[in-house]
Amino acid sequence: MRLSQAGEAALMLYLGTETSPALSARVQAAARAVEAALGSDLVDLVPSYASLLIIYNPLTTDHFSVGERVRNAVAGLGDSEAGEGREVRLPVYYHPEAGADLESLAERAGLSVDDVIALHSGTEYRVYAIGFAPGFAYLGQVDERIAAPRLATPRQRVPRGAVAIADRQTAIYPAVSPGGWNLIGRCPVRMFDPAATPTMPVSVGDRVRFEAIDRARYLALGGEL
Amino acid sequence: MQPGLMSLLQDGGRFGQQRIGLTTGGPLDPEAFALCNRLLGNAPGATAIEVSFGGLVLKATVDTRLCVTGAELPLRINGVEQDRWRVHAVKSGDEIALDFATAGCRAYLGVAGGFNVAPQFGSSSTVVREHIGGLAGDKLQPGDELPCAAGSDGPLLFLPENLRPGYSDHALLRVIPGYQQEHFPALQKRRFFNSEYNVSERCDRMGYRLEGAAIECDIGGILSEGICFGAIQIPADGQPIVLLNDRQTIGGYPKIGAALSLDVARLAQLTPGATVRFEAISPEDAHNALHLARQRLYSLPLAESSI
Repeated sequence: MRLSQAGEAALMLYLGTETSPALSARVQAAARAVEAALGSDLVDLVPSYASLLIIYNPLTTDHFSVGERVRNAVAGLGDSEAGEGREVRLPVYYHPEAGADLESLAERAGLSVDDVIALHSGTEYRVYAIGFAPGFAYLGQVDERIAAPRLATPRQRVPRGAVAIADRQTAIYPAVSPGGWNLIGRCPVRMFDPAATPTMPVSVGDRVRFEAIDRARYLALGGEL
Repeated sequence: MQPGLMSLLQDGGRFGQQRIGLTTGGPLDPEAFALCNRLLGNAPGATAIEVSFGGLVLKATVDTRLCVTGAELPLRINGVEQDRWRVHAVKSGDEIALDFATAGCRAYLGVAGGFNVAPQFGSSSTVVREHIGGLAGDKLQPGDELPCAAGSDGPLLFLPENLRPGYSDHALLRVIPGYQQEHFPALQKRRFFNSEYNVSERCDRMGYRLEGAAIECDIGGILSEGICFGAIQIPADGQPIVLLNDRQTIGGYPKIGAALSLDVARLAQLTPGATVRFEAISPEDAHNALHLARQRLYSLPLAESSI
């Protein structure tokens, strides 16, 4: 564990360096403990793969006090076992017309498009972090054979629902946005809906599986092309 | 009537929602925003309009009081130029215009009681990128109606001229070294703290991209992690990006530290071409500076118009 100053009102807690369900569970446990320890001095928490950003109110407390309370809270944590997590199934229409980089990704990997689809939909993913944009869930780990670096030039406009790969991470773009990930398909499920309860179909720790669907089913589920 | 280039409803900001990826939003110049509400006798976080660059024209539909603070955007009521940093009484039918900025670029227009906008995720702050807050998640559009209550009773306070902040075309950003700072070799840190940078064309509420001496880091990327307000990201091209109110909540570029919020507010008043320098500061000095600024903000003496 390492605790360091991030900004005038933020401390960063590093709990490890790897991507694993156990470490993710530890970050979640630390988030709960820090929340309880800081009470109303806490402004916001940003958990990620291996770290927890702790934002506090600098007018009611200071980094000495927060640091001590965070150290004590984390020292009191037992070993965190990765929970089972909820299983969430998300339909994906994998096709070049829905995923502009599907064919180039397959070519680069030396695989057929069908192999890429089988590998992407045949893996169970964990939700490691939510952030960047509202409802953007970082899922890992993608099979090494279809891992792909970000595009050299990001796209100005990635459509809502785009299913994408960057390195060994995969995600669904919750809204139209710029983006540099490799697009391989589209999911008709809304990943972030401010009017819905809950606002997101997944949360950190959930297990996600993608189910390949055809064009007709994608459109029937409300998907757009 | 006319929304101007970018006019956004903002309250104090949206907090406690970063776990679902919602950024904080809120006023880019919290000092000018807070003084606007203080002059009007409003709650500190009452919703006001952040007017970037200018060009806003409104028509009052109630009798109320209003105040404009922040950057130097000439204020005209029914065509007559009026003092900023001063509360004015307006009548239904009056036309209120904020012309284009002559110094700084963010001004705040508040009304007695604040604009009455339903909060989304606990805040009325507009984040256009997220389509959250404000009126339908967007900047002001022609024809928008901004709900506010009548409020003509109350003192017409003003901030004495010698206490009003000035807006220059330079900012000194005090920086708390942090995050991946140990991955920046000593020479690179010296270069960072001894070079002058220019604000680039790529500057918005998400971040200000600067141009100048490139800073090298001995790592290319990191496991994505939380980004605090004012964090200074160094992408592969070495040009620093200072991250502001509408920043992405997590990201994977190395960061050399984070700038003091008081100075980021000055940065956000700059336009492309303006100059920026950095200076290292300890967390203890930063903490003191925040407390002193807070104390000053709420002890500035306000005067009352005698008419």
